[in-house]
Amino acid sequence: MTSGLWELVLQGVWVTIQLLFFSSLLATAVSFVVGIARTHRLWIVRFLAGFYTEVFRGTSALVMIFWVFFVLPPAFGWQLVPMWAGTLALGLTYGAYGSEIVRGALGAVDPAQKEGGIALSFTPWQRMKLILLPQAVPEMIPPFSNLLIELLKGTALVSIMGMGDLAFSANLVRLALQESAEIYTYVLLIYFVIAFLLTRVMRGLEKKLKAGVGKAPQKKTAAVPVPEGSGVS
Amino acid sequence: MTWDWSAVSDFLPHFWDGLLVTLQILVLGSLVSFGVGLVWALLMRVPSRWVTWPVGAVTEFVRNTPLLVQLFFLFYVLPEWDITFSALTTGVVAIGLHYSTYTMQVYRAGIEGVPVGQWEAATALNLPVRRTWTAVILPQAIRRVTPALGNYVISMLKDTPLLMAITVLEMLGEARLFSQQNFQFTEPLTVIGVAFIVISYLASLALRALERRLAH
Repeated sequence: MTSGLWELVLQGVWVTIQLLFFSSLLATAVSFVVGIARTHRLWIVRFLAGFYTEVFRGTSALVMIFWVFFVLPPAFGWQLVPMWAGTLALGLTYGAYGSEIVRGALGAVDPAQKEGGIALSFTPWQRMKLILLPQAVPEMIPPFSNLLIELLKGTALVSIMGMGDLAFSANLVRLALQESAEIYTYVLLIYFVIAFLLTRVMRGLEKKLKAGVGKAPQKKTAAVPVPEGSGVS
Repeated sequence: MTWDWSAVSDFLPHFWDGLLVTLQILVLGSLVSFGVGLVWALLMRVPSRWVTWPVGAVTEFVRNTPLLVQLFFLFYVLPEWDITFSALTTGVVAIGLHYSTYTMQVYRAGIEGVPVGQWEAATALNLPVRRTWTAVILPQAIRRVTPALGNYVISMLKDTPLLMAITVLEMLGEARLFSQQNFQFTEPLTVIGVAFIVISYLASLALRALERRLAH
């Protein structure tokens, strides 16, 4: 491989990282808003949040990407820049998975903590901010870490729409060299390294957050795994 | 927003074709992932580092890299080594292998969840290793994890559209082809989006019923 082709791959890495960054921000925001809304006291808010989760969790991320690229522009008369279209589709889909994580972690906080907040006449918002979230957030980190890896894998989907990410650059190099084994091996390795670094960062974050509430990081146990955020609950 | 019902009815025959292919991928892919995942899980219990380390590394690698790139890898690299499959077979193998790295974790948890007493009873009855696994451990382990495996099948359903990228005409592939021929994107894409939601919702209901039955 020539240095010109490597440059192409590096540009792809950069686009993938940008997309990962923006869509994970959007997904986090959506997860918390929808996840907290699912514990709201008004049934209509709970219903709407649940409906959102079911719709975006039920459909495929790739179908969602197609929808944002092809259906939104004629329907609403605006065309999104590919980066934002990709961010929107991935963020909304993975945000729906994340909202299940948030809801699960909030539900797992000892009910006595919430009752304590009521007894001290905290407002619902104060209870959420000062009691529930500080205890629930550290528990969310391990599943969020898995979801982040899924999101990284999901960013490759935008290459189908012609966005120049890492998977797309692999395609270009394949066409240039008429040879695929080498480049695809490199690209898979690059994805693996990014995933490895992400898990390390998330583990550090978990340690730090758990220290804040006086807990040790989770030990590895053989719980039956479920796909991130999914599951029939 | 314009919605054209005649486009929907024009698309429906293609939709059924695509649905059939999607379900085919799902069934075959699930079988591959259940089988290969069990092999991985059993290999991980071989008491030798020379087996567990490579198996662990390979499965970790496959689990943490995008299915799309793996599909391209199999689709473009295998022919260079003079191994040619149809696009559908390649896709089923890729998706099955990818998900086998998830199902292996499910099996592992199931096997570790079998009470120690069962192992001790098998030893006390002097059962050979093979009988211990096939008659005592695996039936209990697999029963425990069937709902979890079902969750991964639903997850796999949502990854089947990726096979479109290697020219398989499943639901999304059919929708794209139809849109490009007729310049109508809204209707086919919405129809298959709704279809995915409906299928995965029905599947999760079926799974819940199965879970209830297995609980007894």
